[in-house]
Amino acid sequence: MDLSLVERESENAWRIRPTGKMKVPAIIYATEQLIRDMDSKVYEQITNVATLPGICKAAYAMPDAHWGYGFPIGGVAAFDPREGGVISAGGVGFDISCGVRLLRTGLRVGDVEAVKEDLAEALFRKVPAGVGSTGKIHLTPREMEDMLLGGAQWAVGRGFGRPQDLERTEERGRMAGAQPEHVSDKAKKRQMDEMGTLGSGNHYLEVQRVAEVYDERAAGIYGLQEGDATVLIHCGSRGLGHQIGTDYLKSMVSAAPRYGIALPDRELACVPIRSPIGEEYLGAMRAGINCALANRQIITHLVREAFAESLPHAGLDLLYDVSHNTCKEEEHGVDGKRRRLFVHRKGATRAFGPDHPDLPAALRDVGQPVLIGGTMGTCSYVLAGTTESMDLAFGSACHGAGRAMSRHAALKRWHARQIIDELAGRGILIRAHSYRDVAEEAPGAYKDVSAVVDAAHLAGLARKVAKLVPLIVVKG
Amino acid sequence: MIERDAAKQSSDSARWEHFAHIADIGVRGIGSTVEEAFEQAALALAAVTVELETVNPQEEVDIRCDAPDVELLFADWLNALIFEGATRKMIFARFRVSVQDGHLEGTAWGEKIDRARHHPGVEVKGATYTELAVRREVEGHWIAQCVVDV
Repeated sequence: MDLSLVERESENAWRIRPTGKMKVPAIIYATEQLIRDMDSKVYEQITNVATLPGICKAAYAMPDAHWGYGFPIGGVAAFDPREGGVISAGGVGFDISCGVRLLRTGLRVGDVEAVKEDLAEALFRKVPAGVGSTGKIHLTPREMEDMLLGGAQWAVGRGFGRPQDLERTEERGRMAGAQPEHVSDKAKKRQMDEMGTLGSGNHYLEVQRVAEVYDERAAGIYGLQEGDATVLIHCGSRGLGHQIGTDYLKSMVSAAPRYGIALPDRELACVPIRSPIGEEYLGAMRAGINCALANRQIITHLVREAFAESLPHAGLDLLYDVSHNTCKEEEHGVDGKRRRLFVHRKGATRAFGPDHPDLPAALRDVGQPVLIGGTMGTCSYVLAGTTESMDLAFGSACHGAGRAMSRHAALKRWHARQIIDELAGRGILIRAHSYRDVAEEAPGAYKDVSAVVDAAHLAGLARKVAKLVPLIVVKG
Repeated sequence: MIERDAAKQSSDSARWEHFAHIADIGVRGIGSTVEEAFEQAALALAAVTVELETVNPQEEVDIRCDAPDVELLFADWLNALIFEGATRKMIFARFRVSVQDGHLEGTAWGEKIDRARHHPGVEVKGATYTELAVRREVEGHWIAQCVVDV
């Protein structure tokens, strides 16, 4: 991005003054290097978001921001319904509540290394992944309804996982306000056989080691020590979420003019939160969140079954589950007043600071675990939400590395075999259904996740707690 | 219905391509008519996931869409293919459409996914409205394109 387009507000924050139809400024959190490397579409998209009705304070871009559709990936914006605020299906994305959860195995690296091949095979066999895969669960219409209302709570009730998992999941595992009646039959049909499936693309399941601890106190409270083995699961709401996104994008683009909303980009399709379509989308999107939470909960259960084959003493307690494609109603301070806002996070993670009432008591002292998934060849991070993040970007942080190269370019540049061999040489075992997907997801096709996380840390969005390096990667 | 061999009967200008989008991927169909551009774009969509020559187009699925304008109709067409592929666990590699006044009638030919033979890569979640365009170029040919989310 051309630095003449932005004003440096502080060392790691860049401001775009409102011009034209922008109602608020746009703020990009990044180091100078990251903002220089950021594509110019982020500028175009984040300033478009700043034009939407009812937007509060500013439109924000996280350090991993890149060209998305409508909103940039790594975009955060909050809207006040009392000021005509809008809700946007494109601002949430197709993969509603795509997210990451981290399990503490209670094991050390050596325990995993001793059975690595067997464990990788068991995980690959147990967790369905890739195009055309189906889960073992076939939902009846009644069960679909219950799942969409109950989320991870429904899954635990069905025997997938433990009640204490719910304490460690956003919304206690169940998003309130879900309205399955506003989820189309097509969306439900797409999901009937997809519960407990990982998907493809950038979704994965990793067994990792804690390679470095930056904050001993927070790591202690999170239960992470250098040399521990962890499991990270990254996936979303599967076909159901994708179809909800598709359905409402179309209905919102048709309805927006009726509310006098001039869209700078059709993908920004939105309607007032307090409008029939707005309310219906909220109900459907919340059902989509429940689907994603249930899905990750079922996969957690499958992971535990896979571990039980070779490591029956593994604890596999859930550290936390975060979503990074959502719109949530939250209370935030704006100009000294508490306001109920609808916060869109598109490719951005909620990062609530210490003492937030939504956090489980055990985590309240240090803030919410912010889980940042990297790529299969690099590393992931655990951060902690900060008090200042609540003011900086409505309690939000980055969500991953962000792509630096298109899939097409990656496919031309790398062969899967070469990547698998190279990673094996570094002690990382890959089990993938698709060789093509491995090449397209080559670690080199992504930005440097460490630079992104450092920028989030330096900007104060969240602070670094620990670094996780993969041992086993299961992909679609 | 007489099955048409899309490759043989398509015009000289008919082709498809992918265009770069950092996180996702763009699909573009080019043809002498709007229909041909839609058919070619559907090939581009399928090629996001599989090598087209591995697919045997033996099973046929009928598709109907309605939309207020031709661009939204194009996104609907791709989304209908994504839906049929996802729910039938099929991949398609031959297409035919007719388009009139915001109404589309089409047929997709394909087969059930065989992971050993098709080696499917990434699945497409939906067609977005980003870079969405259906237009006649000055040279006379039609293009139909958008970014799809993967």
